[in-house]
Amino acid sequence: MTDHRVRVVSEEAARRELKRRSRRDFLVAGGAALAAFGGYRWMRSRAPEDDVAWPQRRVLQFNGKLAHGYLSDGRMAPTFSLKDVGELKSNGDDGLEDDVKDDAYRVKVDPGAGVPAFELTMADVKTLPRFEQITNFCCIEGWNVVTRWSGVRFLDFTRKYFPAGRALPPYVSMATPSQAYYVGLDMKSAMHPQTLLAYEINGGPLGAEHGAPLRLVIPVKYGIKNIKRIGSIQYTGAQPKDFWAEQGYDWFAGL
Amino acid sequence: MVYMTTLKLKHLVATRWFHWINFPILFLMIWSGILIYWANDVYKIAVGGATVVQFFPDWVYNVLHINNRLAEGMALHFVFMWLFTINGVLYVAYTLISGEWRYLVPTKLSAFRDAWSVALYDMHLRKELPPQEKYNAAQQITYTAIVAMGIGSVVTGLAIYKPMQLGWLTALFFGYEGARLVHFALTMGYLAFFVVHIAQVARAGWNNFRSMVIGWEVGEVKHD
Repeated sequence: MTDHRVRVVSEEAARRELKRRSRRDFLVAGGAALAAFGGYRWMRSRAPEDDVAWPQRRVLQFNGKLAHGYLSDGRMAPTFSLKDVGELKSNGDDGLEDDVKDDAYRVKVDPGAGVPAFELTMADVKTLPRFEQITNFCCIEGWNVVTRWSGVRFLDFTRKYFPAGRALPPYVSMATPSQAYYVGLDMKSAMHPQTLLAYEINGGPLGAEHGAPLRLVIPVKYGIKNIKRIGSIQYTGAQPKDFWAEQGYDWFAGL
Repeated sequence: MVYMTTLKLKHLVATRWFHWINFPILFLMIWSGILIYWANDVYKIAVGGATVVQFFPDWVYNVLHINNRLAEGMALHFVFMWLFTINGVLYVAYTLISGEWRYLVPTKLSAFRDAWSVALYDMHLRKELPPQEKYNAAQQITYTAIVAMGIGSVVTGLAIYKPMQLGWLTALFFGYEGARLVHFALTMGYLAFFVVHIAQVARAGWNNFRSMVIGWEVGEVKHD
C-alpha cells in the first residue's frame, strides 16, 4: 500500500535529499509563520471601530448579516414550561438611576420621517393584546435563565402606533428616559412575534431592577439588547447607536 | 542480511499544511474561548462537595491577564471560527477523497487492544509494539478522536452561538447549558491532547518531527 512512497537509496543520497528538502521546506515554513504572525498583528493594530479593529468589526457585521438573513418570523425561540422557570438576576442598572412613578410614566414614540413624535401612558400600552411567553434569557456573559414574561408584542405595538401606509424603516432605537442606556435593533428582530414590550415577570409586575414599568424582551438577542425601562422608541433609517456595541461588542448580538 | 536506507513520504503536503495552519488557529480559538469563559466561569470538578479542580483558579487569570476581556474574546472567536471551520472541512474532505483516512481511522475492533499494548510499551511495561502501518493503534484512535472533537466543537459552538435560531441543535445537547459544557470539555480535551502530543513528538525524535514539515522520513529495510 505504501510502496510507491518508499524509495531505497544510498545513505549519502538520503542525507543529501533530506538536507535539500529540509532547507527548502523549513524556509517556507518559517516564511509562512512570519506571514501569519504579521497578518495577525496587522489585523489587531488596525483603526478601531467602536473599540474593535475594523477588519474584525467587518467580520462581525458579516456574521450579523448572515444571521439576519436566516432569521424569519416562523423561526421561533424555544419555549419552556412553568417548572423550568428560574430566578432572573439583575445584571445592570445603567439608565435606572432615577425613581419613576407608573402614573407619571410616558413612552415617547418617534415614527421618524417628519411624523410628529407622541407620548403614550402605560394604560395606552396595555390596550394592546396581552401575550405571555416562557423563553430563555441568555446573557452575553454565558449564563441563561428561563423566564416567564407578559406584555404586548412589539409587532402589535407597531401596527397600532406606526403611521399606516408608510414603509417601516430598517431600524428601531430604544433608550431609557435618562438616555443613559440605549439599544439599536434591526426591524426584523424587533418585529419577531416573540419580541415583547413586557410589564410582568414570572407572574408579577416588573420590579425596578428588572426595568419597571416597561422593558424589552427580545429572545432572539442577548440580554444586553433587552433594554430595561423604555423611555423612548424611535423608528429610524440609520443604524442606531448601541450602548454595548460601542464598548467592543457585536452590534447585531443575535442568538 | 544487510540493511538498506530508505526515504519514505510519510505526510502528504496538503496534510502538513492543514496541520500547521490548524495549530495557531486552534490556539487562538482556545485563547479567545478562555477570555469568553472568564465572564461565567462556573465549571469545576468536585468530589463529594469538595472542589478538586477549579476552571480556573484566580492565579491563572492573573498570570495570563484574562480578566475583563469578554468583548475582545468574542471579537476574536467569531472571526477565527471561520478559519477553523474552513480548514477543518477542507482537511476532512481531502482525507476522505485521497484515501488517507485508511491509515488514520481504526477499522478493526482489535485497535483498542492494540492501543492498550502501545500504551504499555510507551510506559516501558511491554517489550514489543503490535504490528502497525503508518500509525499505531493508539495514534489512530487519538487522531481520529481529535478530528471528531473538532467537529464536536463546531457543532456545540453553533448550538451556543445561535440557541434560538438553531434551537433544534441546542436541544440535541439538552439545551444551552449542555452544549456549553460539552464545548468547554472538548477544549480541555485539546489541552490534554496537546500535552501528550508534544511529549510523544519530543520522544519520537527529530526524524519524525522533520517528516511533519518536509514530508519525508529516513528509514531502513532488511534485505537478504
